[in-house]
Amino acid sequence: MLGQEYMRNALLAGSFIALACGVCGWFVVLRGQVFAGDALGHVAFPGALAAAAAGVDERVGLFAATVAAGGAIAALGRGAVVGRGGRAAGVEPADDTTIGVLFTVILALGVLFLTRFSLGSGGAAGVEAARTLFGSIFGLGAGEALLAAILGAVVLLAVAAIGRPLLFASVAPEVAGARGVPTRLLGLAFLALLGVVAAEASQAVGALLLLGLLTGPAAAAHRLRPGAGGSVVLAGGLALAAMWGGLVLAYAIPSLPPSTAVIAISTVIYLATRLSR
Amino acid sequence: MPTEAGPQLSWNLLRDAEAVLEYHFMINALLAGSAVAVLAGLIGWVMILRREAFAGHTLSMMAFPGASAAALAGVPAAWGYLSFCTAGALAIGRLGDGAHGSWREEAAGVGVVQALALGLGFLFVSLYGGVLGDLEGLLFGNLLGVSDGEVLTLAVVAVVVLGALAAIARPLLLSSVDPETARARGLPVRGLSAGFLVLLGLAVAATSQVTGPLLVFALLVMPAAGAQALTSRPAASIVATVAIGLASVWVGLGLSYFSVYPPGFYIAAVSFGFYLLARVAAAIGRRPRLAHGTPALAEAA
Repeated sequence: MLGQEYMRNALLAGSFIALACGVCGWFVVLRGQVFAGDALGHVAFPGALAAAAAGVDERVGLFAATVAAGGAIAALGRGAVVGRGGRAAGVEPADDTTIGVLFTVILALGVLFLTRFSLGSGGAAGVEAARTLFGSIFGLGAGEALLAAILGAVVLLAVAAIGRPLLFASVAPEVAGARGVPTRLLGLAFLALLGVVAAEASQAVGALLLLGLLTGPAAAAHRLRPGAGGSVVLAGGLALAAMWGGLVLAYAIPSLPPSTAVIAISTVIYLATRLSR
Repeated sequence: MPTEAGPQLSWNLLRDAEAVLEYHFMINALLAGSAVAVLAGLIGWVMILRREAFAGHTLSMMAFPGASAAALAGVPAAWGYLSFCTAGALAIGRLGDGAHGSWREEAAGVGVVQALALGLGFLFVSLYGGVLGDLEGLLFGNLLGVSDGEVLTLAVVAVVVLGALAAIARPLLLSSVDPETARARGLPVRGLSAGFLVLLGLAVAATSQVTGPLLVFALLVMPAAGAQALTSRPAASIVATVAIGLASVWVGLGLSYFSVYPPGFYIAAVSFGFYLLARVAAAIGRRPRLAHGTPALAEAA
């Protein structure tokens, strides 16, 4: 199996993307920002199309759009974690309503660009250029796999750098704010990082995988180990296990798409932790 | 401009409206769009109140595995939509009330359901091997190609779902704004929650095959979010929700008639415009919003 080059590339890119998704996902679940992560995954395609429309490199548009959307969600929403029903008496609308509105606007823009391209002369080239960006994990070249691995490693380092204050700001935002921790800035930085992960993951392995890797392993880790340090590592490890298991499974069963296999394993891991307690 | 290709928007709005209503397909589109606006608006109002926009989005995504599973099995697409939306609603309801009962876990559970559904849809598509219509049609539907029968089906579903919503409205509102009190009064909070999710799933399943899942989500979120920002009184904000939804559909359809862009884009864009207007009006008026009005709501329920 490892003799195949596409398999080696998939394992290299997949491992780092899985680690980045697992670790970021742990914070995403902790902060209750799963919907935000989902929205960022959907921004990628309209972003690439917009860049093609403006004549810029699609890759630039992809990353710019997801990072900007992450910033917009952090700026518009309350940022802090707010319980359902309990502390509902806020002046600003709930985060998920804001994200839902933003989501719809982004997708409407995507349709606008899509129609623009399909109408304009030679516009189909732009759609094709954007579409070829969104590969399957089994179709990665060596250069793309290396880039994905480097970006995944950079994200992991960045999360490690802001991990402690971010954890503090997520668990006890008021206390952290009173102690001088820049909670809003941290929230912004985290969603921008999540934007990088979303752009890289949706481009290298497809937007489909992003949500599965972000939520399943992280939620399972939160259930298995309530603490902090070990739980983060566990989330990364579970995501890695889902990725490797999924890749092997998809290699063994040719009619099974790798994304489906990875998501299925991550779902099984989460359901197993729910049933065991 | 004698060389114009399609109909042009003039300043005589009455004549423009007459031109739009000349065609049967436009009348059907207006009827279907209005039914969707009322149904999605009212269900969306409760959804926004309960902060379940993520669940609503996930249920509207069920159209993808639903349509592809139906194509694979060779049954009508409606069956696929219906079974996947209902199963998704039940799964979200089941995963939502974990032992911890924390809402963060609930969001993660919804995310897992959505990821699994999309993964299954991807599997069905690759097993099917064929092309499932164009991307745009799958996302934003074909409101301009609605048949008489579909209009009737939509109207029936809207009446049934809204009737069921009205039947559970009072306990549902109380358990949404104040679950503790509702539980203390012996209301089945979990059952109501699951029941509402199933209604949401039914509404999405019935409408998304006509309008596309993305447009359903736009009409679920935008009018209700705008109306709840505008006023804190439940009755007024429900009326505003329906008004914004209907106005978005009518204006959006009218604009799309005179343009090359699909109606889904205009309806989403117009409803976003109304949302922005509502937020601006609310910011200027600084009136108390719905979140502050929860005691009044609880009393009403």
